[in-house]
Amino acid sequence: MSNLILNNQIVEDEWTVVQLPKVEQEVRMQAGKVVMFKLTGENTVTAEQITNTQVPATGKVLIPLSVYVARKNEFTSRLANQEVGIWLATHEVIDSLAAVETDLNVFPLIAVYVERFADGRIFTIGNLLRTRFQFKNTMRAFGDVLRDQLFFLKRSGFNSYLIRADRSAEEALHSLKDFTQPYQGAVDNSQPVWRRVARSL
Amino acid sequence: MYKYDEIDQQIVDERVAQYRDQTQRYLAGQLSEDEFRPLRLQNGLYIQRHAPMLRIAVPYGMLSSKQLRKLGDIAKRYDRGYGHFSTRQNLQLNWPKLEDTPDILAELSTVQMHAIQTSGNCIRNITTDQFAGIAPDEVIDPRAMAEVMRQWSTFHPEFALLPRKFKIAVSGTQQDRAIVQAHDIGMEFYRDTENKVAIKVWVGGGLGRTPILGSVIREHLEWQHALTYCEAIIRVYNLHGRRDNMYKARIKILVKALGIDEFRNQVEAEWLHLKDNPNTITEAELARVAKHFEAMPYESLPAHDASFDAAIASNPAFAAWAKRCLHAHKTPGYRAVTLSLKPHGKAPGDATSEQMQVVADLAEQYSFGELRVSHEQNLILADVKLSDAYAVWEKARASGLATPNIGLLTDIICCPGGDFCSLANAKSIPIAEAIQMQFDNLDYLHDIGDIELNISGCMNACGHHHVGHIGILGVDKDGSEWYQVTIGGKQGNDASIGTVIGPSFAADEMPGVIQRLIDVYIKERTDEERFIDTVRRIGITPFKAHVYADKAVKDNKPEVAHV
Ligand code: HEM
Ligand code: SF4
Repeated sequence: MSNLILNNQIVEDEWTVVQLPKVEQEVRMQAGKVVMFKLTGENTVTAEQITNTQVPATGKVLIPLSVYVARKNEFTSRLANQEVGIWLATHEVIDSLAAVETDLNVFPLIAVYVERFADGRIFTIGNLLRTRFQFKNTMRAFGDVLRDQLFFLKRSGFNSYLIRADRSAEEALHSLKDFTQPYQGAVDNSQPVWRRVARSL
Repeated sequence: MYKYDEIDQQIVDERVAQYRDQTQRYLAGQLSEDEFRPLRLQNGLYIQRHAPMLRIAVPYGMLSSKQLRKLGDIAKRYDRGYGHFSTRQNLQLNWPKLEDTPDILAELSTVQMHAIQTSGNCIRNITTDQFAGIAPDEVIDPRAMAEVMRQWSTFHPEFALLPRKFKIAVSGTQQDRAIVQAHDIGMEFYRDTENKVAIKVWVGGGLGRTPILGSVIREHLEWQHALTYCEAIIRVYNLHGRRDNMYKARIKILVKALGIDEFRNQVEAEWLHLKDNPNTITEAELARVAKHFEAMPYESLPAHDASFDAAIASNPAFAAWAKRCLHAHKTPGYRAVTLSLKPHGKAPGDATSEQMQVVADLAEQYSFGELRVSHEQNLILADVKLSDAYAVWEKARASGLATPNIGLLTDIICCPGGDFCSLANAKSIPIAEAIQMQFDNLDYLHDIGDIELNISGCMNACGHHHVGHIGILGVDKDGSEWYQVTIGGKQGNDASIGTVIGPSFAADEMPGVIQRLIDVYIKERTDEERFIDTVRRIGITPFKAHVYADKAVKDNKPEVAHV
């Protein structure tokens, strides 16, 4: 059975995730803007990996951000057919995608890969995609995605979650309703509770 | 103090249900140890040396009698009849059963309490001055803002899983008592030149392995923007703080790596997008929350009380207590009272269930049913009439809560250390007890005067040893327990981090070492000088010379680096 949640329902996954070829040396997953390059002094994806990435010729494909940025022209017609989505890891920055594609809404799907449950960068990335880059289409979280993140992911702008294969998506659905009236404004509802309802003393 | 409405209550109730379900999934084997850890931590549950430890939030240190009674009751029924008040104004239970924790949280929710975000890599309990609202030097009562920030930070979706824990302190006094400079974010409220409430914002302070005092990121922030500005700071941190090494993951490391100027630029750039968003605080919302913190219905009293003055004159024991344990109050005829949780020879900060009931009664009878927890690990009755002070003293004394040592050498700030904590290098409570016994003479203690002694069992610095006038740190050398001593640390506006005096000591040497430090001070001090002033004036050398006078350097093992 499918483990993909889209807008509060379990649906079949129509997308194929395109992976970068593995490299021998270990990459430090700490890159970010200037900052982290400065701190760790390295990039995470090599030019060679980008060239060697194999993209299936047909169907809906989720392409790594770095591959799309470097090889954008290959995908023009498929993009027009709504067959191209983007995925990025939590250490990557959306700005590099926005630099080649002014309106991110050309993509029907952007997915963010979270390697470890405890990596909360995904929430900020979701928030930025929705509020800064005005992305309106499907936003998916995948990787180490378990039900206990869902409420936060939803509030950070995600509307699709690929639950880790060994867990039940059916059960995970419950967690989208963990809290009825959260305190602060966030992506799903920008109003903090005191602007949403008249609070008594 | 703040009282929940239906919305607050619903959030806490829903949390209990969520956590109960998480615990059940864990016990049923559906959540691995690793997966359950961040979930239980965000609910205050640590697994420590002997048993789980549950940390219950006391938001900015405020408690009602009813809440304290419940805490005493919970400690009795689910634990061993006592609790530990911590330097972050929380209460820790050392022996609860994991299976019981959902029930404990359910009981807490009936008195508007919880354990949300008391540990884990998220925004923690917001702390402030224990005399908020009543201190004569207060410019702005920070509690309403602290409550607004508590609500905003509770389950903040973007900051649910930060690189590391995140601590915010707020303060609104001339003399800082909230150690704002030792927090990830410190907010100092003041009145600007137009007499408007403004905030001076500090960032990147913290103790732990790498003690650093915060830097000022903004001199002037209008209070309305407190939340959005914090969002900008924490967003930059969430994206760029290190996640590869937990010892380098605090915001202070990022601020240091970038330099405060570059960090500020990035925060300000981010804030341009966030400023004026709906989380901007409105006058109406602040006023709604502030209503909960309005002044108590004080009687109008003369500044002096004859019965109090007579008792002081005739009863030296009472006078000694009054001198140390009563504190000035904004309102004439009132005092704040500190109930010492530092009786000599007992674990600092511990209170038994019975003591909690007694304090709850005292608060009810003499202080409008409210009390506070201080980061020095004592309990405070904030609004006691001078004419009631004697009665409070008698009752407190009968329950071991009136040791007249507040601010003195035996008012030790101490972490749980090796007796409880699995991260410890060394025990800390027995050291505190031994020092208290060494100085178990009140006249002598009063003569030594104001001094702060802090003990941590390892470099995580839960006992704030870096900012103690004397700091003691447990270190591990070849598998045995040693203690490194610093002097010259200080909290407050002129905060500083202490300097290590030299090679470390064995446990049984410690009372003697402290004695020698005090001897140097007594010999060198001028009339008005406190210990810290003398250290600052003459430097550490004379102290060092006396402490190590008969210790041949070769006797000592190689020194552990001060990291
Ligand atoms: C027994 C269980 C405890 C454990 C396992 C524990 C663990 C830790 C750890 C690992 C740190 C360092 C975190 C870092 O620097 O990133 C820390 C810091 C701290 N702990 Fe604890 N702690 C415990 C109990 C306490 C208690 C009882 C108190 C209060 C008396 C306390 C107060 C603090 C404070 C104030 C800090 C912050 C120091 C800073 O600003 O870096 N902790 N704790
Ligand atoms: S300072 Fe170290 S020993 Fe003490 S409570 Fe903190 S982690 Fe444990």
